[in-house]
Amino acid sequence: MKMLGLSRKDTTFLLIVIALTLFTPILLQPFPEGSGLATFNAGYPDLMQRFAIFGIFAIGFNILFGLTGYLSFGHAAFLGVGSYSVVWMYKLLGYSVVPGILLAVVVSAVFALVIGFISLRRSGIYFSILTLAFAQMSYNLAYSVLTPLTNGETGLQVYTNDPQVLMGENSPTSPHFFGIVMNESSKLNVGGWEFTFNNGYYFTAIVAILVFYLSMRIFRSPFGLMLRAIKTNQTRLNYTGLNSRPYTLAAFVISGMYAGLAGALMASMDPLAGAERMQWTASGEVVLMTILGGAGTLMGPILGAGFIKYFENIFSKINDNMLHQWFAWMPDGIENFLIGVSHFFVGKSWHLTLGLLFMLVVIFLPGGLVEGGQRIARRFRSRKSKDDGSEAQTQPAE
Amino acid sequence: MDAIILQILNGLDKGSAYALIALGLTLIFGTLGVVNFAHGALFMIGAFVAVTLQRVFSLSYDQVDPTKTDFLGNPLVVQIPYIESWFGPEVGHWLMDWSVPLAIIAAIPVMLIVGFVMERGLIKHFYKRPHADQILVTFGLAIVLQELVKYFFGANPIQTGAPDAFAGSMDFGVLLGFDPNVIIYPYWRLVYFGFAALVLGGVFAFLQFTTFGMVVRAGMADRETVGLLGINIDRRFTLMFGLAAAVAGMAGVMYTPILAPNYHMGMDFLVLSFVVVVVGGMGSLPGAVAAGFLLGILQSFASMNEIKSLIPGIDQVIIYLVAILILLTRPRGLLGRAGVMED
Amino acid sequence: MSKSNFTRRGLLKTGAVTGAGLAMPTIFTSGAMAFTNEPTGDTVTFGFNVPQTGPYADEGLDELRAQELAIEHINGMGDGGMLNTFSSKALGGDGIMGKKAAFVTGDTQTKSDAARASAKSMIEKDGVVMINGGSSSGVAVAVQGLCQEAGIIFMAGLTHSNDTTGKDRKANGFRHFFNAYMSGAALAPVLKNAYGTDRRAYHLTADYTWGWTQQESIQSATEALGWETVNNVMTPVGAGDFSSYITPVLNSGADVLILNHYGGDMINSLTQAVQFGLRDAQANGKNFEIVVPLYSELMAAGAGENIKGVYGSMNWNWQLTDPGTQAFVKSFGEKYGRPPSNSAHTCYVQTLLYADAVTRAGSFNPCAVAEALEGFEFDGMGNGPVLYRAEDHQCFKDVLVMKGADNPTTEYDTLEIVEQTPVSQVTYEPNHPMFGGDEASLGECNDGA
Repeated sequence: MKMLGLSRKDTTFLLIVIALTLFTPILLQPFPEGSGLATFNAGYPDLMQRFAIFGIFAIGFNILFGLTGYLSFGHAAFLGVGSYSVVWMYKLLGYSVVPGILLAVVVSAVFALVIGFISLRRSGIYFSILTLAFAQMSYNLAYSVLTPLTNGETGLQVYTNDPQVLMGENSPTSPHFFGIVMNESSKLNVGGWEFTFNNGYYFTAIVAILVFYLSMRIFRSPFGLMLRAIKTNQTRLNYTGLNSRPYTLAAFVISGMYAGLAGALMASMDPLAGAERMQWTASGEVVLMTILGGAGTLMGPILGAGFIKYFENIFSKINDNMLHQWFAWMPDGIENFLIGVSHFFVGKSWHLTLGLLFMLVVIFLPGGLVEGGQRIARRFRSRKSKDDGSEAQTQPAE
Repeated sequence: MDAIILQILNGLDKGSAYALIALGLTLIFGTLGVVNFAHGALFMIGAFVAVTLQRVFSLSYDQVDPTKTDFLGNPLVVQIPYIESWFGPEVGHWLMDWSVPLAIIAAIPVMLIVGFVMERGLIKHFYKRPHADQILVTFGLAIVLQELVKYFFGANPIQTGAPDAFAGSMDFGVLLGFDPNVIIYPYWRLVYFGFAALVLGGVFAFLQFTTFGMVVRAGMADRETVGLLGINIDRRFTLMFGLAAAVAGMAGVMYTPILAPNYHMGMDFLVLSFVVVVVGGMGSLPGAVAAGFLLGILQSFASMNEIKSLIPGIDQVIIYLVAILILLTRPRGLLGRAGVMED
Repeated sequence: MSKSNFTRRGLLKTGAVTGAGLAMPTIFTSGAMAFTNEPTGDTVTFGFNVPQTGPYADEGLDELRAQELAIEHINGMGDGGMLNTFSSKALGGDGIMGKKAAFVTGDTQTKSDAARASAKSMIEKDGVVMINGGSSSGVAVAVQGLCQEAGIIFMAGLTHSNDTTGKDRKANGFRHFFNAYMSGAALAPVLKNAYGTDRRAYHLTADYTWGWTQQESIQSATEALGWETVNNVMTPVGAGDFSSYITPVLNSGADVLILNHYGGDMINSLTQAVQFGLRDAQANGKNFEIVVPLYSELMAAGAGENIKGVYGSMNWNWQLTDPGTQAFVKSFGEKYGRPPSNSAHTCYVQTLLYADAVTRAGSFNPCAVAEALEGFEFDGMGNGPVLYRAEDHQCFKDVLVMKGADNPTTEYDTLEIVEQTPVSQVTYEPNHPMFGGDEASLGECNDGA
């Protein structure tokens, strides 16, 4: 089976990804409501949306970093720019997400073109610091002196006295795509389980599948091959008389547009744009997602994004009450001991768990989570010589 | 004029901190080729050595004071520090008062051990790994270290004052021929500057005038050749890592009276110290120091009202703006060498 | 519960279930809720959304302690705390309208995005009917907007910016904490008594929205006394070293330094100002003075000895002697071994007030609860009689002017109460220009139906 210009292996892989994405609301809800483990369910709209959005962000980042090896530490700037564009469109035109998303992609492309054009004059860590400097400048200014444009610390939001010239009498009063309101959901109760099918999630999921397909095509294209050549040995490439700059700049702009799109989708799900979206920690987060999942692989960045967001949103919510419930059946001494130990890892200490996992993954799985998956797959199908193609290109990034 | 001199002093002080952190970072870059995102955490651990020593000195036993009551109306429990009852109130108080300078003595072995353990236990396995993996593992380590500190010390900043002897300010302007009380500067900040100069000078002398330093410098220039000469570069690099950790830790200890330490101070300094190192030029020790002082002083000037009123928000972005300008005019920073961390 | 039972909320749109729906029986029973997260079981869940990581983690921890205590008291455990002194007797210590109160917790990280993510998970996953807590105005405004859209009640926690109940006020949001205007209004007379009317003030202001409203408020209050404002300098948030902003102060002709900083910024700027000798200096023939408009217990702890003699204001303090305060301090102190902070007090009171309003309204519907809270007057929760004003959902009560104690006996009384400024002195019109003027509007109450 070959379709859409993909090889057979890739087509299968894409179909698997599509299926997983569409069934996410069910797959992430493994525990019945009311059970002690329901805390670990992740199938609620906000988190699923975040998985898709940060997946897009990381896929885009991977096009630059995974293929060319250029490590940008300022990609959050494009995320922020995308969000601001969308909220400004809400304020001026109305709650349709379409103009905002289009504007966000264009604006982030322009930003990426300018920043990329300057930063790509240097390579290695010098490039990283240039991108970092641009992003931090954007963040600091957005937080303070640019407040009229960004609403500063509070975050840009829609006020009742905003013009919203395209808003009709019956237009929805929250973000929508041609009348499909993002924050509306249908719930399905089966036995003890509750599944939530949210419009916003499916909107982001479909966008994510489209841009995932696009990134697959880029990975497999001559352009992608050229980018890999840049990563492998740029000097040698330059000796052949080929100017690599236009290629890296194109990769930079494309990945900036992905980030802008992710930012736009964030504001499409939740009509607020906060300045801290542009902070270096946010830029660092996408770097971590990509490396954690496996830089240069197709699936890795998405896994990494899901992993980090899961810990941020699920582990931070575990509190003493839940611990008591879980361990209540144990003898008191052991219960208290276990709760004491748990304090290091959950609730207010969820950062520690994440930090430890970063270390464990990078120590034991040098290729990131994708390598973990490969090892398991290899164990199951030890006779097959190669894996299913998606991760064929796994190699540590530089 | 007096305003400018004051800002230069402020800049030297900020620069001292930047230079001390950046020095260790660039040592690790230059010698080991490792991107150490946990370097800010080393600075933070140093600061908490001072906090710990202060806590140890003020370990107390309870004594009930029947004449007073606490917030619940129970008899007040007064805490008497052990060292006051062991050595008498005066010596006890002196020890507590001088806990920050004394923490320097404690910090050197502690930080050397932390450095050794980090290098032998973790970093050493990452020499041959891509920079991306180094970033991930050291960032993870930084998070773990700071969360442990948060677990034991809380998130609120902890006041660790300078000894009373250094409280107050020196009338610095009089030395330069100004009227009294025009340029006054806190003693402790002058001490900090002097301390930084001493440490920086010490590290340079060590690298310049000892055989050990010579080997390390040679290793920075060309690691493989030095290794081929049969010199055990690894052991020296371990020591180098310990030294870098000690420098960061001491900088942290001495900075506590200026900046009440909290668990995330390492992350706050991390980005800045990377900018300093890169502006100075990768692998260049004098470059890191020069960039530290340059950025410190420029940042101080940018904070002046006269300049802020001309360009609003300039003090928020000056460091990054200067970094961009320098990197565009000088491809490898101020004093960087070709080929270091450029791929 | 039947084996397969569709409940439908909102519109079912194309594509939304095509993937999942194929294998499922397509029976729709329209069991739409009357309002968002209508509690149907025997418990009702509150969301406590506080900073658990980042610089304000300790403050968030204290808020959590207080909220847990409030839940205990609502459910009839412990000694009942302020329920014994609260003027409204609707709550009987047997839960809320026959339901047991439960709670979930989340981490705001003191970032608008993270706070909203955490709040959304509480609304979507845990089915909370109200969200309480927080430790910054940016977060409060962001989460308040979210709760308005989702159709649940928001109780704000520690937020001091005028905007929260000013230009960003929302029909579903309430604030027990005081605000920057009130700080200025309460401090001014005390500053006049202590330092006279002929003073020249120099402001250092954190460069974000809270800092600006704080500075605007205190400047207008002190200028009304006849003080002159020499300069107002914006400082970057988290600057750490404030030396380059402090050194120009002494030679500027000012004789008072006003630090519009909060948290770590305030600890560092105050400590450094004292190091630079400002507190011992003389200017214009007077003693140089430092003022910190907004105090908190944690800031006082972090700044240590440097706060001695420095004036500031607070929403509430455990050293108040009214019966409500004493009851709360007693039950909090016995449970946790320390007196509560003023943000803990706010979160505790808000939890009880919400529960009380539900009981009085006879419904968990946010619009009914909001109506019960609007214009509600009560006593017995500290600070004397209190009004929740209907026009902007701001709470009006006495404000405390504090001073760094000269001789604290324990680590908890480093601040002393100078004056309990009567509520009449800090009251303002709902359309005050600092609060969005005539344009500010609560909007319509939203119950999410």
